[in-house]
Amino acid sequence: MTGLNTIGRSLLRDDAEIPASASKASRHAPSGARWLKAVRGIQPGLVLSWSVMAVVVLWALFPQWFTSYSATVGVARQQLRAPSAEHWLGTDALGRDLLARIIYGAGNSLSGALVAVGVGLVVGTTLGIVAGSARGRIDGAIMRGVDVLLSIPQLLLSLSIVILLGFGIVNAAIAVGITSIASFARLARSEVVRVRASDYVEAAFGSGGTFGRVLLRHILPNSLTSVIAFAALQLGWAILTISTLGFLGYGAPPPTPEWGLLIAEGRNYLARAWWLTTVPGIVVIVVVLSANRISQSFGKARA
Amino acid sequence: MSRYVIGRIGQAALVLWAAFTVSFVLLQALPGDAILIKFLNPELGLGPEQIADIRASYAADSPLVVQYVHTVLNFLTGNFGYSIHAGVPVGDLILANLPQTLWLASLGFLLSLVVAVTLAALSALSPLSWLRSVIQSIPALFISTPVFWLGILLIQIFSFQLKLIPIINPGPWQALILPVLTLAVPISAPLAQILMRNIDHVLTEPFVAVARAKGASHRWVLWRHVARNAVLPTLTIAGILFGELLAGAVVTEAVFGLNGLGGLTQRSVNDQDIAVLQAIVVFSAAAFVLINLTVDLLYPVFDPRLRVRQGAAA
Repeated sequence: MTGLNTIGRSLLRDDAEIPASASKASRHAPSGARWLKAVRGIQPGLVLSWSVMAVVVLWALFPQWFTSYSATVGVARQQLRAPSAEHWLGTDALGRDLLARIIYGAGNSLSGALVAVGVGLVVGTTLGIVAGSARGRIDGAIMRGVDVLLSIPQLLLSLSIVILLGFGIVNAAIAVGITSIASFARLARSEVVRVRASDYVEAAFGSGGTFGRVLLRHILPNSLTSVIAFAALQLGWAILTISTLGFLGYGAPPPTPEWGLLIAEGRNYLARAWWLTTVPGIVVIVVVLSANRISQSFGKARA
Repeated sequence: MSRYVIGRIGQAALVLWAAFTVSFVLLQALPGDAILIKFLNPELGLGPEQIADIRASYAADSPLVVQYVHTVLNFLTGNFGYSIHAGVPVGDLILANLPQTLWLASLGFLLSLVVAVTLAALSALSPLSWLRSVIQSIPALFISTPVFWLGILLIQIFSFQLKLIPIINPGPWQALILPVLTLAVPISAPLAQILMRNIDHVLTEPFVAVARAKGASHRWVLWRHVARNAVLPTLTIAGILFGELLAGAVVTEAVFGLNGLGGLTQRSVNDQDIAVLQAIVVFSAAAFVLINLTVDLLYPVFDPRLRVRQGAAA
């Protein structure tokens, strides 16, 4: 419970609305009332989302803390066991513990999503900033290129790139990342154009700031919140899309534990072992929902 | 006005040509070689000269620029090349697989419309705020659900547990029920979200306040004033929805083992059958560009406010 509270309090610092009102009140109110106000401001859904992400990140970093079973080597004579005290989520056809495979799979799924978002964020945002800052012909050329990227449905584009790069989780992640470049570029450009039009940027130029300096000191920091919110949203989307590619067989090869692949492998035992497909899917939904909720909170903080 | 239309059509053609070029560069530059994958199979017992002949017959040896010009001309005359794996013209393959996907996609789209409108109407009409927020969070849940997992879950529930739909030899309609349900979920989510957002937005407009002040009931305002204004902007996501439908069809057909464009796409990736995949990519880009063009041209027809602005610009 105390753990949840500390997470909740640290969250409050991210949320622009609450500190504003809280700090106003705190000047006059005793510390007890301030605490009460802080507790009331906690959004249970948001706290839960951050906790889910924290748990999944811990799974990815230190899987051995959470399970004593191996993710790739099965236990003999324990095939297709239903969930029990021994195997909380049951076992698969090779006697491998499903919980262990989900926990070890977090590393693959999460790092894939991070690579995808990283590619989109770095390339897309750079393109968007260049387009928004340069304007004119460069802007036109970059944004037409973005239009072309958007005109090919994302799944087909990522399949074409996967064919080019070859199957595998990193290649699938890069493919997914490339398909998100266009949206990152659009967002970054519109943010740069928006911030550029504001008075304080005018003032910074007027007081002798060079373009690079103004970009670094004023435009970038003020465009960052919505880009971060979008990146969080894309993280959830990337987890989903990478699991789809994994399900289609273009991601990690078996026996690597990856969430999409887990669901695909469980498909052959639908009649006998419902847990093999159902549970990994629920894990994916919970993680993606959390990422989306966190993204939403960033978006609100700006507005 | 007509200058605007011509310019817009030219722009669409340009984007389509660029999309074609992107797909050509991506797919022709690939290191894997479908001809080698198929014909280097030792069981076929083909010598190096014969394989060279086959490569020549597919024009796989000519320089990339020649291949590019060749492919462009072929596409313009309706010749989309030969599937290296199936050995039949790509156009025939696509035509053979199109009906199944059209059925799936159109039924899925209809169902998703029904779901989205129902959700939006429920959220607009519900008197309790907690119920509203529950309804408004349903699309978020839909978006976060892996489509393939949902399909498998439905098979598990309706075919294995309840035994309502046979797995082996279902009737043509029975076979479509679960895929359509599966496909409708990811499509209805963005539709419902944009509808809900538009309704909330239109409710804050001054003309709604005027209607209220004149004594109109909530339902009357929603039906007479809000509905029309909230539905129109959903047209703008038609292109995105098409992409979602296509992606959904690929995954749904893979889950349910249907033979449609989605299944064809998956097989072409597995076999590295470039000609097929490229034709599918170009077709879907063409459909996307066409949908957006239609929406752009039709929007002023539905929304008189835009007509005025455009007249002033032209």
